[in-house]
Amino acid sequence: MTPTRPLEAMGRVVMRGLEQAGEILLLLVQTGLWLMRPPWRMRLVFKQMEFVGVKSLNVTILTGVFTGGVFALQTYHGFSLFGAESLVGSTVALALARELGPVLTALMVTGRAGSAMAAELGTMRVTEQIDALYVMAVNPVQYLVLPRVVASVVMLPLLTIVADYVGILGGYVVGVHLLGINSGIFVAKIIEYVDPEDIMQGLFKAAIFGLILSLVGCFKGFYTYGGAEGVGRATTEAVVLASVTILAADYVLTALMF
Amino acid sequence: MAKPDAIIELRDIHKSFGAQKVLDGLSLSVPRGRITVIIGRSGGGKSVILKHMIGLIKPDQGQVLVDGRDIRPLDDREINELRKRFGMLFQDAALFDSMTVFENVAFPLREHSRFGEKKIREVVEEKLGLVGLTGHGEKMPSQLSGGMRKRAGLARAIALEPEIILFDEPTTGLDPLMTDAINRLIQNTQEKLGITAVVISHDLQGAYQVAHQIAMLYQGRIIAAGSPQEIRSSDDAVVQQFIHGRAEGPIEVL
Repeated sequence: MTPTRPLEAMGRVVMRGLEQAGEILLLLVQTGLWLMRPPWRMRLVFKQMEFVGVKSLNVTILTGVFTGGVFALQTYHGFSLFGAESLVGSTVALALARELGPVLTALMVTGRAGSAMAAELGTMRVTEQIDALYVMAVNPVQYLVLPRVVASVVMLPLLTIVADYVGILGGYVVGVHLLGINSGIFVAKIIEYVDPEDIMQGLFKAAIFGLILSLVGCFKGFYTYGGAEGVGRATTEAVVLASVTILAADYVLTALMF
Repeated sequence: MAKPDAIIELRDIHKSFGAQKVLDGLSLSVPRGRITVIIGRSGGGKSVILKHMIGLIKPDQGQVLVDGRDIRPLDDREINELRKRFGMLFQDAALFDSMTVFENVAFPLREHSRFGEKKIREVVEEKLGLVGLTGHGEKMPSQLSGGMRKRAGLARAIALEPEIILFDEPTTGLDPLMTDAINRLIQNTQEKLGITAVVISHDLQGAYQVAHQIAMLYQGRIIAAGSPQEIRSSDDAVVQQFIHGRAEGPIEVL
């Protein structure tokens, strides 16, 4: 084994990563171009909105409630050390609006819908259904990818609003009813410290996360090869890549915005 | 030289997938308004030939001419216009499994015809009737047997009554009666509408029955092409071995 071997391996990984980033960007460009060109398939978009949005509602609510609750519990323990229990509400609300709402919602939807996109498109690829679309003169990016991307970009902010709301509710229940913080103070501090700006920036992040998870899910599905095993691989890779990209993008967006 | 009546012409096509050379200088001319049957061994690249004709696969080298025009440099819009003239039956039917059989057959009509809902229903029922699937329209593809899926795929391929239809093993997996029915359907469709058909088949009896031209693929080339009569009386040892189904001969079977 030559001493440069590990470097070569690292180089390959970097090259592969760059290549993939380029391919995903190309898919984004194609999707953007098809967005400008009729026919717009509203029926497909609504179907995807239902799948990505409405059907993710339960998991979003559960995630939100428990995250808000546990966050209240944790901050209470810390804040009570120096008598700042009154700030628990605003801390929970700020964290949810700026970070936890969009990020956790995006991660849950990635697991639910991003994976399903990769699996569905992957199956269509290996059973030649995507080729059948080409043959019938229907562009699969326009028919399959565009509705999923549009639906995700629209629905993620909406889900995030729900997550923010029920998260604060969860924090309220834990803070006020279990830990005995004064209800008026809890709410007043939220109103005092949380700007609409904080919520809007969270929603903007959510839209970007929706773009990431749908694009990655569709990309992995679209370029699936190798039968059932390939579909499994595509699905796993889609979830991992989308989740990591969402977390990385979250850092970059936060650094740029705040 | 392109013969004046060739609707599709493949010229010296080379195609490799990774290290495997699938087509090695293949040339074939498909006469307009005729049925061409391509025979050859499984895994020999017959589907790859069809996919070249419709631009799903681009050749590494060589030309695909449709009506004398090379399709390789066409852009998206032009290739879509071209594909509207084609119908294709895939080997495993490639039905959309999120739609019913009815919706599958209606799909090309909804995309590319100006028919109203009533007319679409009429056409779909007619095509389903032609392939013996009357009353199965509301089923999902997963509820159908392999043979039924194939027939549904066939109904979808002929829904728009395209000029050129590519059939990838239309009769494989069907019982003998249905095989005959499908062969007759291909023949009737062709005679009635004057379409061009390219059929991939292992069913030699069917090939003799429907083909105007039979082409044999062997080792990435067309080694013989001619009328069924010419193929049967060919003195090529490879052709003779294949059509008589003998394990011994110039083709290494195992």
